[in-house]
Amino acid sequence: MGERSSEAAAMDLDAHNFNSELYIQTVLKKCTLREVMEKEAHIIRDTQTLHSDMQTLVYENYNKFISASDTIKKMTSDFKEMEAEMDLLAANMNSIANFSDQISTTLHDTRQKLTQLSSVHTTLQKVQFLFRLPHTLKQNKEEGSLSLAVQNYTRALGTLKIYSHNVSFSSIHKECDEIMEGVKDQLFGQLSSKQATPKELGECVELLLSLGEPAPVLCLKFLQHASERQNEQLQGMEEHLRVGDQDVIEFLDVGSNDFLSDICLNVATYNELFAKKCQIEEGDDPSALLDNFVHEAMDKYLQLVKRKVEDEQAPGTEATVLVRALDRFYRRLQAASTLLPGPNYSKYGMEVVVQAGHRQSQTHLKNMQAHFVELLSNVRQTLAAPKLSLTVEEEKRNPSSSNLPELLNTLVAGSVDKIKSCLQDLKLFLQSDLTFSLKQVFRSKFCCSVREGFVVAFIKFLMDTATGFCVPQTPPTLLLLLSKMCLEMESSTVNFLLSQTDEEFCVEDSAKGTTRLVLCKQLHESAQKLLDYFVRTQGLNLSQMLRKSVETRDWLSTPEPRTVRAVMKRVVEDVAAIEVQVGSLYEQGIQQERSSDSSRRTQRKRTNWYAPSQIDSTLASNLQKLFSERIEIFSCVDFSTVSIMTGIIKISLKTLLECVRLRTFGKFGLQQIQVDTHYLQMYLWRFVENENLVHFLLDEILGSTVHRCLDPVLMEPSVVEMICERG
Amino acid sequence: MLDEETPVIYGLEFQARALAAQLAETEAVRFYVGTQSLKFDNQVHRLELDEENNMIKREVFHHGDGEIWHISASPTDKNVISTVYNHISPEKSCTKHTAVWRTSDEMNPTTEIRNLKLLTKLNTSSMGEDIKCTHFHPTEENKLLTVVDGTFAIWDLNAAGGSCDATTKGAIEGKGQPKFSTAKWNPHQGKSNLATANDMFIRGWDTRTNQEAWLIESAHNQLVRDIDFNPNKQYFLASCGDDGNSKFWDIRKTKVPVVTRADHSHWVWCVRFNHFHDQLVLTSSTDSRVILLSAASISSEPFGHIVEEDSVNEEKPVPLKDGVLAVYEEHEDSVYAVEWSSGDPWTFASLSYDGRLIINQVPKSEKYKLLL
Repeated sequence: MGERSSEAAAMDLDAHNFNSELYIQTVLKKCTLREVMEKEAHIIRDTQTLHSDMQTLVYENYNKFISASDTIKKMTSDFKEMEAEMDLLAANMNSIANFSDQISTTLHDTRQKLTQLSSVHTTLQKVQFLFRLPHTLKQNKEEGSLSLAVQNYTRALGTLKIYSHNVSFSSIHKECDEIMEGVKDQLFGQLSSKQATPKELGECVELLLSLGEPAPVLCLKFLQHASERQNEQLQGMEEHLRVGDQDVIEFLDVGSNDFLSDICLNVATYNELFAKKCQIEEGDDPSALLDNFVHEAMDKYLQLVKRKVEDEQAPGTEATVLVRALDRFYRRLQAASTLLPGPNYSKYGMEVVVQAGHRQSQTHLKNMQAHFVELLSNVRQTLAAPKLSLTVEEEKRNPSSSNLPELLNTLVAGSVDKIKSCLQDLKLFLQSDLTFSLKQVFRSKFCCSVREGFVVAFIKFLMDTATGFCVPQTPPTLLLLLSKMCLEMESSTVNFLLSQTDEEFCVEDSAKGTTRLVLCKQLHESAQKLLDYFVRTQGLNLSQMLRKSVETRDWLSTPEPRTVRAVMKRVVEDVAAIEVQVGSLYEQGIQQERSSDSSRRTQRKRTNWYAPSQIDSTLASNLQKLFSERIEIFSCVDFSTVSIMTGIIKISLKTLLECVRLRTFGKFGLQQIQVDTHYLQMYLWRFVENENLVHFLLDEILGSTVHRCLDPVLMEPSVVEMICERG
Repeated sequence: MLDEETPVIYGLEFQARALAAQLAETEAVRFYVGTQSLKFDNQVHRLELDEENNMIKREVFHHGDGEIWHISASPTDKNVISTVYNHISPEKSCTKHTAVWRTSDEMNPTTEIRNLKLLTKLNTSSMGEDIKCTHFHPTEENKLLTVVDGTFAIWDLNAAGGSCDATTKGAIEGKGQPKFSTAKWNPHQGKSNLATANDMFIRGWDTRTNQEAWLIESAHNQLVRDIDFNPNKQYFLASCGDDGNSKFWDIRKTKVPVVTRADHSHWVWCVRFNHFHDQLVLTSSTDSRVILLSAASISSEPFGHIVEEDSVNEEKPVPLKDGVLAVYEEHEDSVYAVEWSSGDPWTFASLSYDGRLIINQVPKSEKYKLLL
């Protein structure tokens, strides 16, 4: 680098280590002839310009030189005059010095006297101040400028102590002390007066401290007073709380402003006064006292806030205002807590907020529960209402069941909508501009209480309420409806609600809580339980009818059958009505191997096993049982219409079988049963999963009747058919 | 070698629903069974379990007077039984009767069918038609209880010859002529009380005054089929009915049952406490099942384990909890009766309508839990 720059400098015409040889060589090497010519012309031109410039400069300098030499000549003559004058001046100055010496020696004595006098004067002034001190102090005291009094007193105190052997001084001292006692009293009075602001209080304490009052006592006094004041504020808040004339924002605002700022001020003053200045004697740690004080006051304050927030969370109130209020509260508390000693109060504040969140979800849960119960009672009323206005016949033609899906929808959608709006409300707690909503502590706890405490708890409540209806008094339709509701919830609603909750409330560890699967399983179980109970109830209702009809008749002396008994028609009608009802909510389901209608019309071919031979009959019926599966009478049903209907019909027919076995029949009694079973066979097959089941049970009934018959003669099948078709 | 728990099956030729343990017999496992046939001569079978060979020995007696609906055995005399039967006259009309019979001496068992000796006919004609049951008094051998329609009657055989009239009668009043479905002596409270069931109600009666002592309203949703007193614990009663439930009651608190079980899938016909270990309860049902329940929480034996200090290290079997201990599914028709043996506390018999009698045992594991 250096080489290159020196080379460049050697090439620069104006540089001071310009190398002409090198330059010429370089130019000759690098440039064309034309360029060399041009360069030469250029250099010549430059040289000429430089020549003329130089000439001008030389001329100008010459002129200046001439004028300068003139001036120098003039100056030499002037200096000679000045020399003479300077000598004169020196002589004069000498004489002045002499005179001044003379004067100072003359004045020396006087000056000493003056100094003495002035020092006497100050001493006198001080003494005067001392003598007048009691008076001044009194005056100050009367005027109320206590700080001035204290200032004066402390100034004089040292002197007074030094001269205390002197009677007059000691009396002044005494007098002053007396007055100062008064002042102290006044200060103490001020200290315990209720109007004093923390600032005044601080001043007071400062004065007292400078008067040498023991710090621990003052500490206590100060804190006592401070806590009195704070208590007053708290009482004020409590009063507001009791009267309820402020909304929650105002309440928390006022509280935060007055209380928190005061307490901060108190703490600051205290620290300034005591903690720094005095390392107070053993035992009384000033910061411990302060901690206690702060702790107590904050405790009360937080209690009040808690109560107010609780008051605010009456069922049905929206969280908008509350959330704002809580935000302000928390913000202030957080700010204040950095100034406060002892535990971190913002943590307690967070607790209040978390609890408020938890309670809010609890309130919503209660709301939802009430809402659901209301929906349910509405549904029950709707279910009960048409039965009052319609006769049984009308109801059958125009079944009230047509509105079942509608009612179901009311239940499910009504609940879901309400849950959604509740979730919206709860989401207010998570608005991003809220200070506390960003804290992980709050988020995790709150989201957990929303998910588990609200959504899951509600679904559980719903199941409990629903399964709670598995009691004999419940109308069967309601059971059916609730069962379908649980199923509906299981298949879609729960998924939707949980995923929405998880998403909106960012529940991360949803696996920790009640999982979707568990909930769905429980719902499924509830649905199954309700449906089974429905089947049982309906089955028992039909059974009751059948049982009464068999029990109350004298089967030995019954007349020859001419019609199907009314109760059988009623049973078929009821079964049809139930099917319509069930069908409006549940899918049809699969029916097995249905034979054609025409073949059904023909009397089914019956084996001759009811012939009078007892042994044969047992054998035959046992053989039949060998080939048919055991019938579970009250077994679980599937969620399909045929399965439900099969369940109901099974129960009814089994009952009929049992009833028949308890009676003894005459010939016509048997024939009546023959007609009845044929009628049932004609109509019931269409409702069930497997028609063989109906056949089997009806065969069994007829078989048992034959056994219980004294004169077992069956009717001609054609006659039976005729009677049945006649209706 | 045969497994002890293998059931022993005995087939009757006729249908049957009457079963009773021979109560006076405390050594052997013996039961009486009465057949129910409208067309043939009915019989009473006395069956004894031969435990060594796992077989059943039988004696058969003619019961020519009609089909047997109910049978009970005297608690003191091995050879005395009572039956409720349906007599069919040649004109094809039915009437129900009840009587006390003596079977032959069992010292010389033979294979031939012998006749029962009629001891006393109980005269119910003035009380109604439908006789449900006749029970011997648990201790007084000559005292019996019968329910007919809506009346219960108590008989004293001492004063009777060939026929007997009721010494005491009581009746329920109510609309629609309520009929009793069953009745039982209360083995407690001086043995002078009894309980009856009609429709959904269970009533207690004091026989000294013939007044109603207590009442369980709607004990079941449907007809109550059977009741049984806990033989070892006062006030406790089991009931079962057409709603498929078995319930346990404290008759001092008749509003709600102490325990409700819904284990059967159809009507429950019969419920029986074990006489020695009353936490064991049998129920039989028209769903062809017999279920062995544990009702440990209300048994006379202390519930829950009293922990003895020196037994901490021993591995004790888990004490019984309430619930189903075993389900017996050998029957293929409705099981109308089940009875514990009076000779062996772990053995019981069940009878289904198709005439199949099965003698079963409490499962060993459950047995050990009770014994240890």
